[in-house]
Amino acid sequence: MQELSAIREQSFYYHRVDGDRPGTQREPSNFMVSLNSPSNNPEGGPAKAAPNRTLNDVVIRLAGNSQDGIQAVGGFLARLAGRSAQEVMTYMTIPSTISGGPSIFQVRMGTGDILSAGDRADVLVAFYQHSYESHRAALRPGGVLLYDSDHVTPNPDDKEVTAVGVPMTSATVEAVGGSSKEKGKNIYVLGLLARMFDLNVPKLTQLIKERFGGKNEDIVRNALLAFDAGYAYPAENLHHILYKLDQPAPAPNARPQVTTDGNTALTYGLITAGVRYGAGYPITPWSSIMETLRTELPKYGGIFVQCEDEIAAVSTALGFSYGGNLAITGSSGPGLSLKAEALGWAVMAEIPLVVVNVQRGGPSTGLPTSVEQSDLMQAVYGSHGDAPRIVLAPKTVEDCFYTAIEAAKLAREYSTPVIILTDQALATRIEAFDEPDLPKLMIEAKPDLAPRPASFKPYPLDGLTRHAPPGAVMGSGKYPTVSGLEHDELGHPTANPALHQKMTAKRREKIKAAAKAFAPLEVFGDQSGDVLLVGWGCTYGPIHEAVGRLQSAGLKVGHAHIRHIHPLDQDLEKIFARFKHIRVIEINDEGLYGQGQLATLLRAKFCNPAIGSITKTDGLTYRVSEIVERVAQDLGLTNIKTGARKFSVLAEQSRA
Amino acid sequence: MSALSAPPTGPARAALNKKVLAADHPTWCPGCGDFAVLASFYKVLEKLNYPQEKIVTFAGIGCSSRFPYFVNSHGGHFIHGRSLPFAAGISLGRDDLHVFAFGGDGDGFSIGGNHLVHTARKNPRMTYVIMDNSVYGLTKKQTSPTSPLGFKSKTDPWGAFDQPINPMRTLINSGATFVARSHATQVNHMVEMMYRAAQHDGFSVVEILSECVEFYEGAFDAANPRKGGAFQTIEEKKHDGTPEDAKRHDPTDELAAFQLALEPWPGKFGVYYENKTRPTKNALEQKLIAATREKTKGASDLELLQKTFARMR
Repeated sequence: MQELSAIREQSFYYHRVDGDRPGTQREPSNFMVSLNSPSNNPEGGPAKAAPNRTLNDVVIRLAGNSQDGIQAVGGFLARLAGRSAQEVMTYMTIPSTISGGPSIFQVRMGTGDILSAGDRADVLVAFYQHSYESHRAALRPGGVLLYDSDHVTPNPDDKEVTAVGVPMTSATVEAVGGSSKEKGKNIYVLGLLARMFDLNVPKLTQLIKERFGGKNEDIVRNALLAFDAGYAYPAENLHHILYKLDQPAPAPNARPQVTTDGNTALTYGLITAGVRYGAGYPITPWSSIMETLRTELPKYGGIFVQCEDEIAAVSTALGFSYGGNLAITGSSGPGLSLKAEALGWAVMAEIPLVVVNVQRGGPSTGLPTSVEQSDLMQAVYGSHGDAPRIVLAPKTVEDCFYTAIEAAKLAREYSTPVIILTDQALATRIEAFDEPDLPKLMIEAKPDLAPRPASFKPYPLDGLTRHAPPGAVMGSGKYPTVSGLEHDELGHPTANPALHQKMTAKRREKIKAAAKAFAPLEVFGDQSGDVLLVGWGCTYGPIHEAVGRLQSAGLKVGHAHIRHIHPLDQDLEKIFARFKHIRVIEINDEGLYGQGQLATLLRAKFCNPAIGSITKTDGLTYRVSEIVERVAQDLGLTNIKTGARKFSVLAEQSRA
Repeated sequence: MSALSAPPTGPARAALNKKVLAADHPTWCPGCGDFAVLASFYKVLEKLNYPQEKIVTFAGIGCSSRFPYFVNSHGGHFIHGRSLPFAAGISLGRDDLHVFAFGGDGDGFSIGGNHLVHTARKNPRMTYVIMDNSVYGLTKKQTSPTSPLGFKSKTDPWGAFDQPINPMRTLINSGATFVARSHATQVNHMVEMMYRAAQHDGFSVVEILSECVEFYEGAFDAANPRKGGAFQTIEEKKHDGTPEDAKRHDPTDELAAFQLALEPWPGKFGVYYENKTRPTKNALEQKLIAATREKTKGASDLELLQKTFARMR
């Protein structure tokens, strides 16, 4: 695809070093309300402040160009939070151009449940005039604008925020020396932020050493020089904007936290699930999964093939699966379309396969680096004929890991293709989560080459298909053929009308049966009442936070996040019956019939007129306030900004 | 895949023969060239005498692609044009197997043309037999990528005018490491070509001109002595220093292979090109695995994974 270098821009690079390191411990996840959470301050006035006040959480937006390394700074902050047992969530936009272009990285870190990257920022770091102009509005009143005084002239009449100019470019050049030009000003800014929020300097310098170590020694030295210079920026210039982030108490028995993005979590979920073979073709934002699999699988004795096209990729993956090793292929929307014919074959021939679709804006090349949830119908129905398959959608970065394991398990158990519908937002954002219990989860899977008894049938009408992979001796002396033609129980092609009906039913019923083993769907918030917010995929955090704000208006509000898109969770009908209104929140278009894609599916399945749809297609994740306002408007609330917090957590002190 | 508890009940392994190898009765029209290809393939398997359970036959879509139903081996019938990447997956994932893919000219040179080029380039260890009848038979007489200029079909009733593919030239150019050509009326020659292809360590291709008696009768008469044609085989170099040996074909000589491929219709039959030095993708991937595992000092899967997560802390 044409956006190949956008892939490089996009993939988050962590330098990896060998050897274990003691991890910080984390408190058990009892739900804490953060300052950014609305229920803490429903009146919407400035929070009460004390000098050098400790903050529960803070939202920092870095705005610059894609080559400025702002993603690296955001990554350092995210990993620092993870190592400090803090919660963290990030959000980034990347231009789809080959190099350059405006880019942002937003990180929200702190204690308590951090569920979204934050609607608006408390701190905006602006590298350029265009960064300032484009993102000033994203800063909450009372927040801090930290700008590069070498490049930015802020509006002098703007008294709503505290503007602090720092000569980031020239100070970096001065600190590092002329040869490096302004490279390293991102690390200079990291030093500034470390000072501003009293961050753990030894941990940050350790992260810098890990990130740049192994390269030229000069690079590590320059990075540390830049960091120190930023940190040492004269305190008298910053004294009015110094804070401290709350540190959770370490809990000795908790699992250490890991910090990573959704694509990486998904990739290692597949490896944990014993998937050792795969094939793919580059496309943003799927590529980082195939890059990691290509370099990781050989360590596990496996193979990942970069194919000539999407069709070859799904075909090669199916060849691996046919050989008895469950394989993975993946892509983004356009690539899934190309794989659709082979997917139909996999349904007919009943071959297991995991297919990842990292959704982006469509149709066609669309918005290759933006988020959208518009491939749901394609994932559920995209192929020819009646081709039921399983479709799962992870809701968080952590869930990308567990969904991969569940997908592999279902593919093997039901000998079927399983599609994982993730999206650009989940793929690229960074979250901290408890390190998985790997010894417990690790699956070792080898082809079952045991001889098959004479009674073996590849396609039994009264049971699940369990293929005999090549290498298995057939007791009957008759070797099986897997077929895309309709077939009888032994795999012989047949056009017998009654048999086609029976086999179609068999393939349908086995997918329906899979739903019986799904873990029950949990409803967050009120278990019955006025409105149930339903979402899927990356909208989990914002919807979750919206619940609290809508409750502050006196409504009884619940949230159900659907991970099993196809087949749907069995208990949905009962859950729906407990609410007066159901609003399905999606990042896709309302279509010709007025509902988003999941809402359409839910209305078709449950015939429930209470189901309404909230959609958008601006290529961005939902902000909490967006959800609250749309739902409030929909339900006729007078205050559609219910529960909104107007001022930044930094407000009171910065005004003092 | 689940383990089945019942013990094997099959008979002790006997040598492969036509009786053991025959499966469903072919659905081809009487007189179809593919019958002879099938019979020759049985003979090749007899000669190779691989363990029966290690043989895999796969195909795309088309008349000839029904082949795997007629061979009693593990195998299957994939979608149109995509049997090569599928078969490559089988071969790469299961290096212990012997993988054969079958198909026609439409499957291989038209809808699957891109895969042919790239499979050749990657050189997985497998054998591909193309039954070329120069017409779409299953869909009843449309122009195929190897239909000659002037061929009258339902899609070119006035005679085809798109330049046909030259299979040998395409295959050599793509980097296939064994390229041979045969004719469905020449059973011994077919057996020899397929046998040598199967023994080749790499991506080996045999194109067999196989007449469609229904939609393109007489297509290959020019190379059939019984129909007044001449079946000219390639004489391969013996490296015996004799003057006549200088005129013989050296299959390792790529340029000479191209020259043979450019000879006028019906051209010659035999091994056009053979490259025994280029490593297979199977070998290269195994080498990568070995080198990588040496670096990780043979750490177990769990140890590797735990280290990775420790680095994400």
